[in-house]
Amino acid sequence: MSAITELALQAAPAGPARGYWATVGRRVVRDKVSIACAVILLAIFLSALLAPWLGLADPYHGSMIRRLKPIGTTNYPLGTDELGRDMLARLIYGGRLSLLIGILPVILAFMIGTSLGLIAGYVGGKVNTAIMRTIDVFYAFPSVLLAIAISGALGAGITNSIVSLTVVFMPQITRVAESVTTGVRNMDFVEAARASGADAFTIMRVHMLGNVLGPIFVYATGLISVSMILAAGLSFLGLGTKPPEPEWGLMLNTLRTAIYVNPWVAALPGAMIFAVSICFNLLSDGMRSAMDIRN
Amino acid sequence: MFTYIVRRIVYVIPIVISVALVCFMLVHITPGDPLVAILPADASQELAAQLRTAYGFDRPLPVQFGLWLWKAVHGDLGHSIATGRPVLTEVMRAVGNTVTLAIAAAIIGFSFGLLFGLLAGYFRDTWIDKVATSIAIAGVSVPHYWLGMVLVIIFSVQLSWLPAVGAGPGGSGQWGWDWEHMKYLVLPAITTSVIPMGIVTRTVRALTGDILSQDFVEALRAKGLRETHVFRHVIKNAAPTAMAVMGLQLGYMLGGSILIETVFSWPGSGLLLNSAIFQRDLPLLQGTILVLALFFVFLNLVVDIAQASIDPRIKRG
Repeated sequence: MSAITELALQAAPAGPARGYWATVGRRVVRDKVSIACAVILLAIFLSALLAPWLGLADPYHGSMIRRLKPIGTTNYPLGTDELGRDMLARLIYGGRLSLLIGILPVILAFMIGTSLGLIAGYVGGKVNTAIMRTIDVFYAFPSVLLAIAISGALGAGITNSIVSLTVVFMPQITRVAESVTTGVRNMDFVEAARASGADAFTIMRVHMLGNVLGPIFVYATGLISVSMILAAGLSFLGLGTKPPEPEWGLMLNTLRTAIYVNPWVAALPGAMIFAVSICFNLLSDGMRSAMDIRN
Repeated sequence: MFTYIVRRIVYVIPIVISVALVCFMLVHITPGDPLVAILPADASQELAAQLRTAYGFDRPLPVQFGLWLWKAVHGDLGHSIATGRPVLTEVMRAVGNTVTLAIAAAIIGFSFGLLFGLLAGYFRDTWIDKVATSIAIAGVSVPHYWLGMVLVIIFSVQLSWLPAVGAGPGGSGQWGWDWEHMKYLVLPAITTSVIPMGIVTRTVRALTGDILSQDFVEALRAKGLRETHVFRHVIKNAAPTAMAVMGLQLGYMLGGSILIETVFSWPGSGLLLNSAIFQRDLPLLQGTILVLALFFVFLNLVVDIAQASIDPRIKRG
């Protein structure tokens, strides 16, 4: 680089420096895979949300004479299920419950886990030991086993399934939150806040939260994929949603007996779970590498 | 090293007790009376009270827990309400089948995971890396119970190559390593292997990438070492972490087999758990979860100690 251009660069007006989050956002937007996943997820979300206004067939209305029609039947583009209900409508309506029971546990676990981790990391000492040793107990169970143990004991139902999955993910988020908070706790700006007389709650809320939230958030988005699979899995076992509600896991279960008659219709609900799960995974990976600004 | 092992074992004791407490409490978070599955619908008050005393449900919770734990330590997990057989016998027989499945799945999943991970890490940002990481991400994102169904559709329904459900002739009792039995294992094992395959691939890829970017690799190459020898150093450095991840995955396969065993009617601990849940067989539910969780804790312990003993970098102080 010549001396002149270097001078020119120095003389150029600096302008407002782009913030950290703006940089992350730009990197995510430039990533084709992330954008494709975001678009697919948005489409699935919106169609589930707007399902009643899309002019679909009634997802509850069955008919004995048109059971298990194959994909591509007139009026039934994705065929019909074992009770003659329109698969397209059920898949789109199914998104409502499936996404709710898949995503809500992660949101709840994110809120509880972040609070617990922040307290454990910031207060330290005995409080930290008490919280973190309790968390360790949950790590003694493989997550599938824990989810099934809790929902199996509580009994079938949407609420119980959400509760059990929240309990599964909460410890993992708490651990991440605690380790991130411990890393930030001794930094100068926290010390400065403490010196200025801020109380612990203010420091945690105002000074720490913004600095720890990013990594915890990215970790949590990575959990949504697992949560979707587990939530639908609980319904698949008969521990989540109850019939006749359209929900992907439950649909997969009730269509299981139809694999000898009309196999590919039976496989459709699983393909939806797969699509949502892989999109969330790729999106989370995209965000993670976008936040790793050093590379 | 010895002190590390002792400390690690001592640390396990409170975990084991807490795990037992959680399993014990499972019965008590169950809505309704824990007696509900045993009592006939038209049982009299006296019979209910009698049974409550017989099962010890009338005592305070801590006493109940103490008694239950004391019995459990002596291998008595009570009797299954559905079959009347001792819970421990039922669970151990089922766990044997789950171990068979998990080992078969581990052989498949870990081999492909290591292969894909090493290739992806070594040929980073090439098409090989892209293919391997795509397979890995599909592996960790796929609802495995659905994959099981799809494999059954392809290989059992359409091609009729492999059986769809069960564990072969002789049922759950006799397992043999011959094709008559093994063909029942193929689909469940492949289905179980996809998640560990994906996770091992991602871990090993990241490890290989990290190690290859370190200075000592540069030094090895500058010294004139052939690439195959450099690669041996990479494997040596990646081994402890990769092993720990694989150990953990084996634990997940053992404990989280319920969905796949349900799809394939594989007579393992997962299927047992499934029937315990739906028959409200609480002692069996409690016992199965306790045994599986203890397996998991024990496996974690073994992995930690093994990792510390092969990796001199882990602080043992």
